Amino acid sequence: MASEGGATGYIVHHLTPLSVGEGFWTLHLDTLFFSAVLGCLFIWFFKSVAERATSGVPGLAQNFAEMIVEFVDTQVKDTFHGRSELIAPLALTIFCWVFLWNAMDMLPVDLLPMIGSLMGMEYMRVVPSTDLNGTFALSLSVFFLIFFYSIKVKGIFGFIKEMTCTPFGPWLMPFNLMLKVVEELAKPISLALRLFGNLYAGELVFILIALLPPVVQPLLGFPWAIFHILVITLQAFIFMVLTIVYLSLAHEDH
Amino acid sequence: MSINATLIGQMITFSLLVWLTMKYIWPPIIAALEERKVKIAEGLAAAERGQEEIKLAEKKAKTVLKEAKEKSAEIIGSAQKRANELVEESKMQAQKEGERLLEAAKAQIEQEMLQARENLRKEVSALALRAAEQILKEEIDKAKHQDLLNRTAEQLG
Repeated sequence: MASEGGATGYIVHHLTPLSVGEGFWTLHLDTLFFSAVLGCLFIWFFKSVAERATSGVPGLAQNFAEMIVEFVDTQVKDTFHGRSELIAPLALTIFCWVFLWNAMDMLPVDLLPMIGSLMGMEYMRVVPSTDLNGTFALSLSVFFLIFFYSIKVKGIFGFIKEMTCTPFGPWLMPFNLMLKVVEELAKPISLALRLFGNLYAGELVFILIALLPPVVQPLLGFPWAIFHILVITLQAFIFMVLTIVYLSLAHEDH
Repeated sequence: MSINATLIGQMITFSLLVWLTMKYIWPPIIAALEERKVKIAEGLAAAERGQEEIKLAEKKAKTVLKEAKEKSAEIIGSAQKRANELVEESKMQAQKEGERLLEAAKAQIEQEMLQARENLRKEVSALALRAAEQILKEEIDKAKHQDLLNRTAEQLG
């Protein structure tokens, strides 16, 4: 497995995305492809359930989907007390999509890159959440929604007032503004970096385990995989809950 | 490891997914869940009502049963009474009939006895007359003593 370049080469190879284009207009094809496929998987499953949704005795698939939907719905209702058509579906999408992204980490690290290399693709990084673009796309979308809802609920002046006059009153306006800007910017950055960091580290550990002698690999890979089931679910959950919290904060009028 | 246009692509995918979820996935599933909630609540209420109705029906059945028992006891009582009466009546009737029959038989016997006695008397008188005739053949002139003979016959009769 560790071919040219030894261990370092192997690791770097695994963490290099398949990309086209130059500079900013680079596209990570693997991230785009896998997240789109997983998104379709998510939509397909829930759509098939939603079409056959019955208020009678639910089937196996409906039961599973309802469990997730109710779980998300409970989280939303616990945190967010207004009425919104968007937040609950948004939370469901984030939870499922991020979970599926993270779940790609459970596939053997060499499986898909090997298939890809057989098809002539030199690089492949299969976990979209190990790509900063993937996690930042989510958190920046959430950030824009926070921005949008803050202005929508409080009005443009209310928003400006909150940015400038809290927490220390109007006399410390510049200081307030600075604090607020940092606070708001910290939200998307922490969201994206938390998910990215956890999954990147997890993937890196899998790659390192793959470098060990074959006899030792299952001894370490198995516990780490089990532990990782917790991590991938937890990270998806945290991302979802924080999104709900941030959006409900945006809805609150001080 | 740099931010690039992938970000924009991912954001487009994300908004598309959220839109699809919002439009086609969330509402029907939540609607089904709500509907089931309503159905379950209705079912529970119906069950409770049913239980209540069962209690009422049981109560009613008990009273009806009690009434029926009372009525049947009454009917049996009156029937028994009537039967007794009937038996008494027929007994009396039989007794009367028996008495009547006895009476009739007695009367017939009486009559027959009288008849027999009459016959006997006639025969005895005839016999006595003949015996007297035999004895008195020579001495008594029939024409002379006709009156006497008649008187004797009358006395015997």
